[in-house]
Amino acid sequence: MAAITAPAHDHHGPLHHQFDDLEQQNETYILGMWAFLVQEIMFFGALFVSYAIMRYKHPMDWWAAHTELDWKLAGVNTFNLLVSSFFVAMAVRNAQLKQPGKVVGWLFGVILCSLIFLVIKYFEYSLKWQHHLVPGPSFYYTGEANAGVAQTFFGLYFAMTGLHGIHVLVGLIIFVVLTGLWIARKPIVTEDYIPTEMCGLYWHFVDLVWIFLYPLFYLIPKP
Amino acid sequence: MSAASDTIQDAQTKRPKSYLDNGHTVASWLLTGDHKRIAMLYLISVSIFFLVGGIAAGMIRAELVMPRGVFLENDSYNKVFTIHGVVMIFFFLIPAIPAVLGNFLIPLMIGARDLAFPRLNLLSWYVYMLGGTFGILAMLFGGVDTGWTFYTPYSSLYSNSQVGLTITGGFMAGLSSIFTGINFIATIHKMRAPGMTWFRLPLYVWSHYATSIIMILGTPVIAITIALVAVERVFRIGIFSPELGGDPVLFQHLFWFYSHPAVYIMILPAMGVISELIAAFSRRAVFGYHFVAFSSLAIAGLGFLVWGHHMFVSGQSMYQGVVFSLLSFLVAIPSAIKVFNWTATIYKGSVRLQTPMIYALGFMGLFVIGGLTGLYLSSMGTDIHLHDTYFVVAHFHYVMVGGTIMGYLGGIHYWWPKMTGRMYPDRWGKLSATLVFIGFNLTFMPQFVVGYMGMPRRYHLYYLQPEFQIYHIMSTLGSSVLGLGYLMPVIYLVWSLKYGKVAPANPWGAKGLEWETSSPPPTENFLEKPIVTRPAYDYDAEADEAEFEKLVAEGDPRAYAEVGD
Repeated sequence: MAAITAPAHDHHGPLHHQFDDLEQQNETYILGMWAFLVQEIMFFGALFVSYAIMRYKHPMDWWAAHTELDWKLAGVNTFNLLVSSFFVAMAVRNAQLKQPGKVVGWLFGVILCSLIFLVIKYFEYSLKWQHHLVPGPSFYYTGEANAGVAQTFFGLYFAMTGLHGIHVLVGLIIFVVLTGLWIARKPIVTEDYIPTEMCGLYWHFVDLVWIFLYPLFYLIPKP
Repeated sequence: MSAASDTIQDAQTKRPKSYLDNGHTVASWLLTGDHKRIAMLYLISVSIFFLVGGIAAGMIRAELVMPRGVFLENDSYNKVFTIHGVVMIFFFLIPAIPAVLGNFLIPLMIGARDLAFPRLNLLSWYVYMLGGTFGILAMLFGGVDTGWTFYTPYSSLYSNSQVGLTITGGFMAGLSSIFTGINFIATIHKMRAPGMTWFRLPLYVWSHYATSIIMILGTPVIAITIALVAVERVFRIGIFSPELGGDPVLFQHLFWFYSHPAVYIMILPAMGVISELIAAFSRRAVFGYHFVAFSSLAIAGLGFLVWGHHMFVSGQSMYQGVVFSLLSFLVAIPSAIKVFNWTATIYKGSVRLQTPMIYALGFMGLFVIGGLTGLYLSSMGTDIHLHDTYFVVAHFHYVMVGGTIMGYLGGIHYWWPKMTGRMYPDRWGKLSATLVFIGFNLTFMPQFVVGYMGMPRRYHLYYLQPEFQIYHIMSTLGSSVLGLGYLMPVIYLVWSLKYGKVAPANPWGAKGLEWETSSPPPTENFLEKPIVTRPAYDYDAEADEAEFEKLVAEGDPRAYAEVGD
């Protein structure tokens, strides 16, 4: 058997011992990230299927229940997330160009956007709570829709936007850590743009889920 | 790949520092990134859960000896079979082969230093253990009585047992399985040694690739589904319970969308093991390599399209049932390809009946019965009669126990020298493999009969049909033999750790990169990065034969010696 000697490894640099070179490591990281996102799609997928079936079974009630939601606030949030995705894309671009100052600036923008998103979501949720629209013992609905279907609607609303909100929260933590690494000019991010790119992929995914959630919950046309 | 020329002496003098010697502290194990150490952690954990699930199985079998039951109340019987199902499926069968043997072997087989994401790998073990802890807590706090299927609305509204804790445990086990799947896919795609092309991969790796696809596409669906059941229990959100406006059949669809492919998460890795064993102990390349490789992918793909055959009596549309029935039949094709190709591999091979081979042959026998009886259940007409009877119980035990556990134990015996550096006594191994095969058939064959006669699953009283008793007694007797067969490897394998002969690098004369490094391998698997120049299973039967003739002619005792004697 022919053999080549394994290259010497610098355990403190961005290259991990199981990889031969940075290129292999980067390709592997990106592939792993995409595999993770595929499972995320399936994770949300079961909820989207439940949504589709319930809306198909109760189109009128679904429409009536959705009028309780505030499409304007959520519209602001949609715009907000789209802007944050632009910031992320610019951060990745500047990470490739090795311009740490600009990267930190864009990343602060992302953190700000995700905070705004969570604050708006907090106000939306607390309004629903005040209106007794949170499923459970205190649920009390007097609108046009069948009360049981309305409860299912709000159940799915909280399940889906809640799961999405958790993802935003996780994203916020990830971006705080990432920004910290960039501010400290750690070689793990400055010498290799892939960690920034992976965080970016995650954020684009979170953004994309919201792009589906917004029309499905807030912009239902009258059937 | 070099010829298998290592002798025991070679291995002893040249043996590099193995992964087992790379630190002896507890922290060096619990904080390791080494895929081989994580595999050993998993080996210990899944063995414990196998014991827990096995004890529950023993209780079920003991209870069923008498038509009016022996020692369990209705409620406690429900809890015992639920524990058996939950523990065996989520905490044993699903992680068993991928997380133990897959973790250990995939980097070795493709010539990599480790899996792609060692920390994710370690995290998967911790998440698994956390999930297992929740499962055990659920048992200690009174158990759960929904069956492992968590059917709504019983699980979401009515059951007052520990559904929430159990679901948390199942959710965590799912996460750990997803992490393993992501790791395997990235590793197999990107970390193969130079020259290790896709079609030089051992079929074991192909089957794990197919398994990982199911893990990534299926597991998240069950995770969110059972999470929704828990949310519905707490907040009554009305997705699955008709009382709240939900749809219980929706739950069944989502549940089986994962839980049917999950059967293939269990059986595909076992099939991968069998491909390795059959080739190594017949000294021939697996017949029709490409067909066996693609049949794994076909099983994984078709597996996602057949979940409705669990729901023929659930009230789903009849036309839906017809389609699901037809698609289910199709799964038989890639499954049969595998069995026929293994058989063709053995044909004219120079077969050695050592312990792993006995397990492999046992697998083939049991899997054929399990697979063919699946056809009775996937055709709608017969399923109406057999649904929820012991016929179903027997069928899926033939596949999941007769298939997966035979593959798992065969694999453990085959790679034990590689994992631990020790040989076990082959005679005891053969005896245990034989006992498992006999005990298994004695346990589950009568269940086909009694199920066909009408014995429902999940019942522990059958005093209106006392004629069922003889079958239950046979089954319980068989399960005792089976239990003994499972216990024996635990004893002699642990014994071998201290007293077993030191294993050479390649005790079976097998092909494959994992046999070219020392036993047990060093921490980074290979001292030199391997370069692959030959196809998988590059066995040369004629050269083997010539070597054997030569040894016989010289009167060399090695000609008649068996490894491990």
